[in-house]
Amino acid sequence: MNFELTNDQKMLQSEVRKFAENELAPLAPEIDISGEFPKESIKKLAELGLLGIFIPEKYGGSEFDFVSLAIAIEEISRACASTGVIVAVNNSLCGYPILQFGTEKQKQKYLPLLSSGEKIGAIGITEPNAGSDVASLESTAVLDGDHYILNGAKRFITNGTEAGIFIVFAYTNKELKHKGISAFIVDRDTPGFSLGNHENLMGIRATGNCELIFEDCKIPKENLLGEEGQGFYICMNTLDVSRIDIGAQAVGISQAALDEAVKYSKERVAFGKPICKFEMIQNMLAEMATQIHAARMLVYYSAWCKDAGIKRFSKEAAMAKYYAANIAVDVTRKAVQIFGGYGYSKDYTVERLYRDAKILELYEGTSEIQKVVIASELLR
Amino acid sequence: MDIIVCIKRVPQTAEADVTIDYTGKEIEKDRLSFDMNESDSYALEEAVLLKEKFGGEITVISLGHQDTEDTLRIALAKGADNAIRIKAEDFDELDGYKTAQIIKASISDLNFDLIFTGCIATDDAYSQVGVTLAELLDIPHASLVIFIDTSEKRAHVHRELEGGLMEHLDISLPALCTIQTGINEPRYASLIAIRRAAKKEIKVLGKEEIKDENILLNTQIEELFIPPKTKEVEFLTGSPGESAGKLANIFKEKGLI
Repeated sequence: MNFELTNDQKMLQSEVRKFAENELAPLAPEIDISGEFPKESIKKLAELGLLGIFIPEKYGGSEFDFVSLAIAIEEISRACASTGVIVAVNNSLCGYPILQFGTEKQKQKYLPLLSSGEKIGAIGITEPNAGSDVASLESTAVLDGDHYILNGAKRFITNGTEAGIFIVFAYTNKELKHKGISAFIVDRDTPGFSLGNHENLMGIRATGNCELIFEDCKIPKENLLGEEGQGFYICMNTLDVSRIDIGAQAVGISQAALDEAVKYSKERVAFGKPICKFEMIQNMLAEMATQIHAARMLVYYSAWCKDAGIKRFSKEAAMAKYYAANIAVDVTRKAVQIFGGYGYSKDYTVERLYRDAKILELYEGTSEIQKVVIASELLR
Repeated sequence: MDIIVCIKRVPQTAEADVTIDYTGKEIEKDRLSFDMNESDSYALEEAVLLKEKFGGEITVISLGHQDTEDTLRIALAKGADNAIRIKAEDFDELDGYKTAQIIKASISDLNFDLIFTGCIATDDAYSQVGVTLAELLDIPHASLVIFIDTSEKRAHVHRELEGGLMEHLDISLPALCTIQTGINEPRYASLIAIRRAAKKEIKVLGKEEIKDENILLNTQIEELFIPPKTKEVEFLTGSPGESAGKLANIFKEKGLI
C-alpha cells in the first residue's frame, strides 16, 4: 500500500493549486454575486489541459488518471466551487460518456472540442418532474428517417447557458421502462433546441445553470450515444465517475473552510486571548480536519478503483460522494460558527462556502440516493 | 542560445508562523510548504522566452535535497530541457560563496551564453550566489535585471535601482543576470507538459562528481532568532465614536491629557 502521489500527480497538484489561488480565488466572490459564468477562467483552464483531464492525448486531452482528476477538481473547488463544477461536468458528465460509449467518429468529433474548451459540455438528466427517479423522465425521442425527434424539457443544467455539446436522455420506448431510455449527443445549434429560464441558485451561482427545452428537436441518427435503450446504463455509469468529482469538490470546499477557520481563530481575540486557545474551538477544528481527511481518502480510493480497472465501483463512488457532501455541509457550518456573526456576512468567504456546500447533498444523486446505491450493493 | 538557470527550492514563509528549530540556526521546516523561489521563476520564464525566440537549450540547476527534484521537474514542465540536482546532503553548511563555488564546479562541462538566477532568495535574502558565480566564472554580470534584449554576442539589459532609477547596460556574452520579479509573467505548466516532465531524468551530482576540492565556507550563522516584542500594538475596534472614546481613555490613563 502506498499513499504517496506520483510525480505527475504531485506536480499537477502544485500547479493547479497555484493557478487556482492566483487566478480563480480572486474572482470567486464577484461571480458569486453577479452569477456570471467565468468565461476567461475557463479559457485559461482549457489552455492548461484541465478540460480534458483523462481524455487521451489523441483526442486532444491530457491523458491523466482519475486520481489526478480528483486532485484537480479539489484544488479548483477550494478556490471557486462554481468553477470546480463547471470543469467537473465538462470532464466527467460530458467527456466521459462520449469516451466510454461513443463511436470512434463521435470521439474524434466531440472530444477535441471539449478538451480544448472550444465547446463546453453539459448533461441533461433532471426534468421538472424527474430527479432522483430517473426512470420517470418524460422526454421522448422518436425515430423518423435519419433523425430522432426529441421533445421534452430539462432543469437545473450546469453549464447550460454556455455549453455547445449536451448529453441528453430521453425515452425511445416507454414500454420498456428504464431499458427504453436512450442517450443522445445534442449540438447547441440543433433546430428545435432552446434555453429556458436561468436558475437563480443559492450557491454555485456562476455555473450557467438553466432549463433546456426541446420542441421537435431534430437530432441526426448518428448522434445516438451507445445503443437504443442503453441510456439508463450510460447514465448510471457516468454518475459513478462524476461522483468522484463531486466528492472531490466537497473536499475542496471543506478544505477552504478549514483554512479560513484556522486562520481566523488565531487572529480573533475574545476574553483576552485568541479564540483558537479555547477548547470548544479546538474541538471543532479537530473534527473538521479529521472529517476532511476521511472524505479525501474515500474520494481518492474511489478514483483509484476506477484507475485500477475495477469494473463495479458504484458503492465506493457513492460512499465518497455521500460522506464528502455530508461533511462539507457540516464543516462549512462549523466554519461559520467559528467566525460568529462575521461568518454570516457576505464580506467573509465562509458565508459563500456554506451556501456552496449544500448543493453537494442534492446534485448528481441526493445523499438519500447514494445510500440506496450503497445499500443495494450490500444486499445484492 | 544556451541558458543555465539556477533555481532554489525555498520554504513559503510569507504567511506562515515561523519558529526556530533546536539548533538555533535554522527555522522549523516540517510544517512549511516549499516552492520555487519567486524571482527564480521569473528567471526561468525569461530563459524560456529567449529560447522561444532564438532556440537553444535551457539547463536548470539546483543545490538541494531530494525533494528539490519536484521543483526541477516543474521547471522542465515549463520549458527547461535538462535538469541537474546537486546533492545538498553532500555539503554540510552552505553560504552564498560556497554555493556559487559548487555551482561553478558543477557546470564546468556545460556551454552557455547566459546564466540567470533570481535576484534574491526569499529564505536567506543573501543575493550573493548570482554575482559571486559571475565573478568566479570571470564573466560580466548585471543584477536586478528588469529587461533583456539579446543578440548573439551582446545583451542590452535594464536594471531597476532604488528611488525609481533605471540603468541601461550593454554587456558582452557570456554573461550572468540576476532577474528581478515583474520582468515577465511566469507561465503555469500545462498538464501534458507535466506528464512529459514527470518521466524525464534529472541528473544528480554528488561530491564525488564535483572535482573541486577547495570549496570553502566564508560565513557561519551564529544564531537565528525571532526578535523579542518591544512594543505592543492595540487595535481599537467599534464605531468611530466608540474607538474615539477608547483612545481618549488611553490618553487620560497615560497622563497625556
